[in-house]
Parts: sequence; C-alpha cells; structure tokens
Amino acid sequence: MEFIFYLVPLIPILPLLAFAAVVLFTHRNNRLSSNIVIGATVLSTLISWLVVLATISGGESVQAGGWNLSIPWLPTGSTTLNIGFMVDGFTAAMLFMVPFVCLMIFIYSQGYMKLGQPNQDPRYARFFAYMALFAGGMLLLVVANNLLLLFIAWELMGLCSYLLIGFWSFRDRDHEEHIDHAQVGRARAAALKAFITTRIGDVLLFAGMALLYSYTGTLIFRDIFRPETLESLQSIRLLGMPAVTLIALLIFGGAVGKSAQFPLHVWLPDAMEGPTPVSALIHAATMVAAGVYLVARTLPLFIAGFAGVDAPALYWVAIIGAITAFFGATIGLAQDDIKRVLAYSTISQLGYMMMALGLGGLVAGIFHLLTHAFFKALLFLGSGSVIHGMEHGHHAAPSEQEKGHFNPNDIKTMGGLRHKMPRTFLPYMAGTAALIGFPIITAGFWSKDEILAEAFHLWQETGGLSLPFWVWLAGTLGAFITALYMGRQTALVFWGQPRHAAAEHAHESPPSMTVPLAILAVFAIIGGYFNAPFLGSLLHHFMGEVHEASEVVSSAAVPFQPVVALVSSLMAILGFALGWAIYRNYRLGEVEPFQRWLGPVFTLLRNKYYVDELYHLIIIRPVVWLANQAFNFDSRWVVDPLVNLMGAVGRLASSFSLSFDQVAVDAGMVEGTAKAFNAFGGWLRQTQTGRAQNYLLVVAVTVLLLVGLYLYL
Amino acid sequence: MIPLYWWLIVAAALFCIGLYGVLSRRNAIGVLMGIELMLNAVNVNLVAFWRYITPQAMTGQVFAIFVITVAAAEAAVGLAIIIAAYRRRDTVVVDDMDIMRW
Repeated sequence: MEFIFYLVPLIPILPLLAFAAVVLFTHRNNRLSSNIVIGATVLSTLISWLVVLATISGGESVQAGGWNLSIPWLPTGSTTLNIGFMVDGFTAAMLFMVPFVCLMIFIYSQGYMKLGQPNQDPRYARFFAYMALFAGGMLLLVVANNLLLLFIAWELMGLCSYLLIGFWSFRDRDHEEHIDHAQVGRARAAALKAFITTRIGDVLLFAGMALLYSYTGTLIFRDIFRPETLESLQSIRLLGMPAVTLIALLIFGGAVGKSAQFPLHVWLPDAMEGPTPVSALIHAATMVAAGVYLVARTLPLFIAGFAGVDAPALYWVAIIGAITAFFGATIGLAQDDIKRVLAYSTISQLGYMMMALGLGGLVAGIFHLLTHAFFKALLFLGSGSVIHGMEHGHHAAPSEQEKGHFNPNDIKTMGGLRHKMPRTFLPYMAGTAALIGFPIITAGFWSKDEILAEAFHLWQETGGLSLPFWVWLAGTLGAFITALYMGRQTALVFWGQPRHAAAEHAHESPPSMTVPLAILAVFAIIGGYFNAPFLGSLLHHFMGEVHEASEVVSSAAVPFQPVVALVSSLMAILGFALGWAIYRNYRLGEVEPFQRWLGPVFTLLRNKYYVDELYHLIIIRPVVWLANQAFNFDSRWVVDPLVNLMGAVGRLASSFSLSFDQVAVDAGMVEGTAKAFNAFGGWLRQTQTGRAQNYLLVVAVTVLLLVGLYLYL
Repeated sequence: MIPLYWWLIVAAALFCIGLYGVLSRRNAIGVLMGIELMLNAVNVNLVAFWRYITPQAMTGQVFAIFVITVAAAEAAVGLAIIIAAYRRRDTVVVDDMDIMRW
C-alpha cells in the first residue's frame, strides 16, 4: 500500500489544475467548467480515501510516524527551504472529510447557481474556478509537511475567501439587468473586511514563522517537534517569556484570525454576503477549520510553551476558545438572517474546538472539527436551499407586497416550510440535532461531549474554580444557548404557519441540491460513532499518537463522563424545546418574545455586543483620521505644496533660461553672427562687378603697389 | 650704341600705352589690341636684354618667338569669343559684358 502515498501530491494538484483549466480554457462553457471541477474533486476524493485506507492499514508506524516526502525548494544562502507533503493519522482524518465535503458542496452549487436555467448566474464558470482554487488550497494545507507550504495554502484560501465573499460585488454591469446596488456594496465591504481582518492574524502567523525559522532553521513540523528543539526554544527568553511561548502565541494569532475567534471574529458573519455554497465551504466546513488545524498541528509548541506557570500559551487558547464559544452562541440568539445565525453558531463551535485544544485535547478538538464540518456544511446548504425556495416563492407570489423590499434570508418571514420543502427539512433537522448535540444518535453529541468531558476531567484533577471549570461552564451554557437559538430558528423557518406570501409559495429545490443534503445528513448522524467511547474511541487510536513522537502530548482518551453527558443532553433538549415552543406561533410584525423578556440585553445581542461599533470607534476611525491626515500632509499641506513649489521654481528658472536663450543665444550670437556676415558679404560682393577691366585695373594697381613696396622698402 | 635703358623706356612706354588701352577702351577689339601692345612691349624687353646681356645665348629670341606665337593664338581665340559674344548679345562693348557678377 506504500505506493499509494506517492499519489498524495495529486490531491491538491488536481483541483488546482481544474482551476487553471477553467480560467484559461473552458470558462465560456459553463457546464463543461463545472464538470471539470467536480471531476477533479471526485478524483481528489478517491485518492484521499485511498490514502486514508492505506494509513489505516499501515498501522501505527504510518499513523503516528507519518509518511513524508520532502523536496528542496528554495536555497537561501547557507540553508535550503524544503517543501513537501506528509500523511499521518491526523492528516488522514482531515483527508477523509475535506475533499468529500467540498465535493458535496460543488454538486450542490450546480443547482444553487442555476445551471442551465434562464436566470443562471452570469459568472457561473468563474465561481467554480474559485471554488476549485479554494479546495486546492485547503487540501494543500492539509498535506503540507511544513509551515511554509501551509502558509502558502493559507494565503491562497485568504484570497479565495475575498473573491468568493465579494463574488456578487463583481457584477457584470453590461449584461445584467437587475443589479441590487446595496447588495453589491455590502458584498464588497464584507470581502474587504474579511481580507483585512484575517490579514492581521496572518501577519502574526508570519512573524511566528520567522521567529521559529530564525531559531531552529527549519519549518518542517517533524523537525520542529523534536524534544531537543523544543527544549532549546524553551531555554531562549524573549520579551520576558520563553521563545517557544511567544512563537506559539503568534501562531495562535494567525489561527484566531482565520478561525474567527474573539476578538477577530467580526469578519465571519459579514462573509455571509457571499453565495451560500461559499458560506458552507469556506465559512463552515473548511477554511475556518484551517485555524483549528494549525493549532492542532503545532500543538507541541503550545504545550512546550505551557511548561512554566509564567508561560500560559495553552491557557490563552482555552480562554479565547471559551469566550468565543459562549459569546458567539449568545449573539446567535438575536439574529434574524438565517445565515447569520449559522455564522455565529460556526464561531461558537470553532470556540469549542479551540477550547478542547487549549486543554490539550487534540483528538477531542479534531473530532469536533470533523463532525462539525459535516453538519455545518449541511446546515448552510440547507439554509441555501431554504433561501432558494423563498426566492422562488417570492417570484411566484401574487405581488401583494412591494417587490424589492423582501429579504429571502429573514427567518421571520418564513414558517411552515416543512410541508413545502420536506427534502430540505429532514436533512436540516438532522444537522440541527447534530449541532445542538442531541443525545446518542447524532455526531455532534459525541464530539461536543468529549470536549466537555475533557474539561470536566481536568477540573476534577485540579479542583477549585480553576480554568477547566470555567471552560466547562462556558461550554455547557454555550450548548444550552446553541440549542435555544436553533430551536428558535427551526421553529421560525419550518414550523408554525407561513408568515409571508413568499413562504406560502415556496417550493422544493432541485435534486442536485437536495441529494448532497441527504448524503451529508447521513454523515451528520453516523459521523460520531467513529470516536464514540462505547465503540472504543477509534479516532484516538488512529490519530492520537501523532504528537506522541514529541513526547509531550498525552493522547489517552478521557473516560466517558456520565454526568457531563447527562447535563449536556438535558441542556440540548431543554434549550431546543424551549426555543421551539416560544417561537412556534410567532407572527410576523410582533415584538419577538426574547426581545420582550430580555429588553436591553436583547438589543445588546442583536448588535453583536457592539464590537463592530467599538472597532469602528477605536480602530477604523483613528485609522481613517490618520489616513486623512496623511492625505492632508501629502496632498494639501506639505508634500504636494513642496513639490508644487519646486515645480514653480523650476518653471521660473526655465523661463529665465528661455529668455536668455532666445535673446542672447539665438538672437544675439547665432542670428547676429549670420546677420553680420550677411551684411559684410552684401557690402563685399559689390566688388564683383563682372567687368574684366575693373579686375584688371585692380590687378595693375596692386602690382604697381607691390613693386613700389619692393623698391622702396 | 644706344644704351639699354632707352630700349627699356620704349618698352615700358609701349606697355603703359597697351595697359591704358586695355583698361580704358570700351570696344573689346580695342582691348585686344591693347593686349597685343603689352605683349610686344615684353618682346622688346626680351630682345633688348638678349642683345645687351647674353648675346651668345639664343634664349631671348626664342622666348620672343614663343610670345609672338602665343599672342597670335590669343588674338585668334579672343576675336572668336568677341564674334560669338557679338552674335549673341549684339554688342562688343566690354562694359555691357558683365553677366559674371553677383
């Protein structure tokens, strides 16, 4: 089976080739373009799954030690930067999920972008090209064996994220009739916001990489995680902490940006301006998972940075994760946009993963990453299907409401859709059940439970009101709130009576959209059994040993905690039932029950704790002010006037030079000389009379004079 | 025997008469005749110097013969030019033949 690993480079290369093929050659043929992309992804998925099988059959040597292929790439003086690919149990776990979810989303996109219909998206082929580029980036990130290649893939995804979030801002003004200019503006702002916000994290990550490279001379994971390397990094002190702690914190900064953790979470909800498959792909299943993947991959650095009490690199991951998990969930309670609810849910769930990693629970975090990717992709695609249905319903409805003021994303206008869209409804409920952690039968239950069990277990070991307790509390409360807002959302979307004419006329989406939903729903349900404790925690055996080589991470599975499972199950069922019961009979136009009961708190939540406004006040306004001052300095006060002054002086000097040239040089010297000679010649030529006798007279007189001179001198 | 300078004075006088003719005659034929006078003044000089200074050598006489020959040729060419000019411009007045001016 060893030879299968040599196919690993093909996994990211195939989608990248598909991107190149579509962009360069086939972008005029929409159907061919999407078929190329989907075909490449199918191949990628098959190879990935072969690799997963080979990893499983390869036993512990492959799963823990990994298969490695390193290529010298960039000689930099004395050292050489290597790039290369690796596969171990961890990579294989990701390879099982990433290409498959991508594939489902691509198939769904065919329906969502209305292939072959009269209102097909005019930039259909371009959309698939970007999606392929993105998938290539994510797969490259997963199989990279060093930070440099990982960073390249990381940035590739950042670019795709920008292009895809802003996909509807690049509208073809010549060929489209109805352009919603407000939407174009929002999409552009969201794309810029995502790009700039994640850039903050990327700079930190790059700084961390640079530090790491300057101290160790390598960026290959395997070399960095050698115990002696980690020890030497621990012994160097930098800014009052061990170098390894600083590096870990910088890398975590990158992950905070990419995975939308507090305080850099602001870009993710706005990113919902992109087409829904983009939200599913980038902002739920894969790209935001890259930050979690990065922290998990470099976990030995964090743990090495955790060694002293004064070096809490790992604590920060847990604290940020817990804050994000809890506050993200609370914001989700007060949002009306179906996709924004899911976006805050994503932020919150990513917080759970960070929480797990911050407590040293590598497997728990990655387990939740995998299950979450399936059910969150499912939920986003389901929401896309709902929006699709609502748009159709809006077009089909008799125009009693004024057209153009209808927002198909607003969950308050929906209702009763379970009868209109049953093939969307059932998978959506499966995804919801997984997200809230419905006991025993869903994937989300097992993965979330493992995280909480991990925290609970650590709390029991440490006792008192220590960090694991707070993490556990935040996680449990977050689970309750998650169930509450999902209850609210599903009640508003699928239950009750249609609250708007569009909802009454909504109809089911095409099979290309509903079939991926069904497939993902199956995974959202059964995905948890891969690592369920009563089935022997397979994932622990499979990938738990990955960081064992660095001799710091313990991979033993935390024992099943009945108390935790019971509490979180209760939370899930109670929260969901509560949310569902409160909102089932809500009518459009009423004041929301939560708003009535919570009052100002609800306003606070609806406005996302005013974090955007805060950033606007403390960052954007000063920056804009500074930019304006710089502009004034440049264009109004100093630089431009100086330049203009120099220009004026130059013009003055050159006008002097011009007059001198014209008067003295041209008129005086050049033309003067000519005129003088002309005048002289005019005078002299009078001697040429043409009369031979005159000449002869002159000759005779001259001869006489010469003779006279000769004789008398 | 008549002294040499008498001959020289005659020759000089003849030359001056010729020169005066050349410079002052308006008729081109007259100019040509003046030139003949000047050439013959030279001949007088040549023969006189031969007779008084080097009677044993023949150079003076030979040179005089050459000058006479050249003068004959010159008169022929000059008359031909004058006839041609006369035919073309209907005049033999030297002052009118001034097309070689600026």
